[in-house]
Amino acid sequence: MSTATPNLVELRDLRVAFDGVQVLHGIDLDIAHGEAVGLVGESGCGKSVTWLAALGLLPGKASVTGSVRLEGKELSGAPRSALETVRGKRIAMIFQDPSSSLNPVLRIGRQLTEALAIHRGLSGEAGKAEALRLMDLVGIPDPRNRFGQYAHEFSGGQCQRLMIAMALAGEPDLLIADEPTTALDATIQAQILDLLVQLRSETGMALVFISHDLGAVSQVCDRVCVMYAGRIVEQGTVDQLFSEPRHPYTRGLFDAIPRLDGPRQRLVPIPGTVPNPKELPIGCSFSPRCAHATRFCQTNQPRLLHQPDGRSLACVNPIEALQAGVQQAKILEETMQ
Amino acid sequence: MNPLIEARNLVRIYEVRKGPFSRPQPVRAVDDISLSVMPGETLGIVGESGSGKSTLGRMLLGIDPAQGGEILFEGHPMPPLRSAEWRALRARIQLVYQDPLAALDRRLTISAQIGEPLDIHQTGGKEERIARVRELMDVVGLRTDQAGRYPHELSGGQRQRAVIARALAARPSLLVCDEPVSALDVSIQAQVVNMLRDLQEQNGIAMVFISHDLKVVRNIADRVAVMYLGKIVEEGSADTIFHSPRHPYTQALVSSMPIPGKRLQSRVILQGEPPNPAARPSGCAFHPRCPLATDVCRRKTPDLRPVGADRTAACHLVTAGTAMAA
Repeated sequence: MSTATPNLVELRDLRVAFDGVQVLHGIDLDIAHGEAVGLVGESGCGKSVTWLAALGLLPGKASVTGSVRLEGKELSGAPRSALETVRGKRIAMIFQDPSSSLNPVLRIGRQLTEALAIHRGLSGEAGKAEALRLMDLVGIPDPRNRFGQYAHEFSGGQCQRLMIAMALAGEPDLLIADEPTTALDATIQAQILDLLVQLRSETGMALVFISHDLGAVSQVCDRVCVMYAGRIVEQGTVDQLFSEPRHPYTRGLFDAIPRLDGPRQRLVPIPGTVPNPKELPIGCSFSPRCAHATRFCQTNQPRLLHQPDGRSLACVNPIEALQAGVQQAKILEETMQ
Repeated sequence: MNPLIEARNLVRIYEVRKGPFSRPQPVRAVDDISLSVMPGETLGIVGESGSGKSTLGRMLLGIDPAQGGEILFEGHPMPPLRSAEWRALRARIQLVYQDPLAALDRRLTISAQIGEPLDIHQTGGKEERIARVRELMDVVGLRTDQAGRYPHELSGGQRQRAVIARALAARPSLLVCDEPVSALDVSIQAQVVNMLRDLQEQNGIAMVFISHDLKVVRNIADRVAVMYLGKIVEEGSADTIFHSPRHPYTQALVSSMPIPGKRLQSRVILQGEPPNPAARPSGCAFHPRCPLATDVCRRKTPDLRPVGADRTAACHLVTAGTAMAA
């Protein structure tokens, strides 16, 4: 922890293009030690691609530029051998569909001990003991008897628990959870969210929680980044964003979630659809769907700027803040053009 | 008013083999379910995967035959599968699936697919059919210039609109929607849910809305039935079910829905997982996960009985009038 930078991971101007089509337009994001950050947005906004690119997991046809630093050490363009000391060990990742991430023809115990042998050098009885401890930690009942079972003998929720156990095998500093509860039933989803919160407090690891479910994000995260069409459009603490969203997209996203409390209501959709990455508007990508958009928005790309209250916002005509000094960003933006 | 569709004591048993040589085991996917839907009403069916909610939906259309019980449509028994009467009746009951890409034919333009029910049920002349397809596309919010598009050229939300337009083509009186918005993003989901509600108000269509998403069901359904392992465990108006759930399972389900902007706190987090339908627990199927289970729950299966005005629950511990501590 005694490194020059207080941040564990720093992404700077991360850009990704597939076959010449830009899908990620310069992501700047810092993850502090032990912090839980949520990445939210609709499908295709680049929330998963950001982290696949950062870990060098995208296919060869993707062109990735920008900087990814882990405790000051550059990962972007690093050789495979260097990346392999990071992936799984320092930064682990779990995905939406646990049953397709597990090997169907290997016993669960073998898959767990394999991860332990690679990342921690544990073998034989020591490896098995640690694997059983991890299974117990993530809440698999009767780990000793289930050690020799195959993935299909576990339920979806248990497979996700096993994936988490495997991710924890390297004692990572950062766990990236990509839609970890989307495929699970409501009551099981609640269990997994609970487990992630508990594990973070026990191990002190940082967590990046990628989800389209704002409810799930607000339960496990301190800070949230809202992404739209390959850019971060607003960033702030959970309380800030949920009590007072400033970007019209953030606001629209919150309003679109059906409410469980209160009477039956008409839902408030965002008009239109997410733009095709091949045909992005010239100005702000959200401007065609935005009620606040002006002519200026249609021609100028807003930058992500720090706000006096600590959040960042990429909007020229944001929703009015309650506090004073809100016009600052707008004026700053205009002077920069 | 008489119910549009009524199901009485429906039973659906699947035979499941554990291995290639093992003896098939009966699995009661739908176990003695009775329900009714009034014309123009929306019944929401919620439950976790494996609770039998999709099977129930297919049974209401008659495409999954019942091993027991009966279905009455406008007071008449459902004609046998694939008979001419059944085919004629199918114009009145339509199904909307979760995955619009799988429900659409990739090699036909969407206007051809929306018009297909009109051809099948021989509605109107050629000119009339073309006009009706245009009208339907307009109703569901598709532009006329999209008529010649193929499914892969449309977004997920647009595809689901095309599927709904096709379902509406034959002017059905009942729409069975099986997770119609689960594959869509929230902003698009809200568009489709609003559209379904508008259509219902304008045309008086009744709906059976099957979903695992309580938040969506809350905002579309008049009445809600909660399913657990093939049985309805609680039924009532959407307002009462979500405001004051009585069955411990419904309470846990409502409490497990994360609320945006709120941290994890004082939620009822159920232990364990939904049991395998092939190895159904004795007594009340929910008892191994129920925080309140007593001896009687392990021995005796509770019946669905009235527990207040216009609501029923299947729990030994819920009695009419007594509010249970959550």
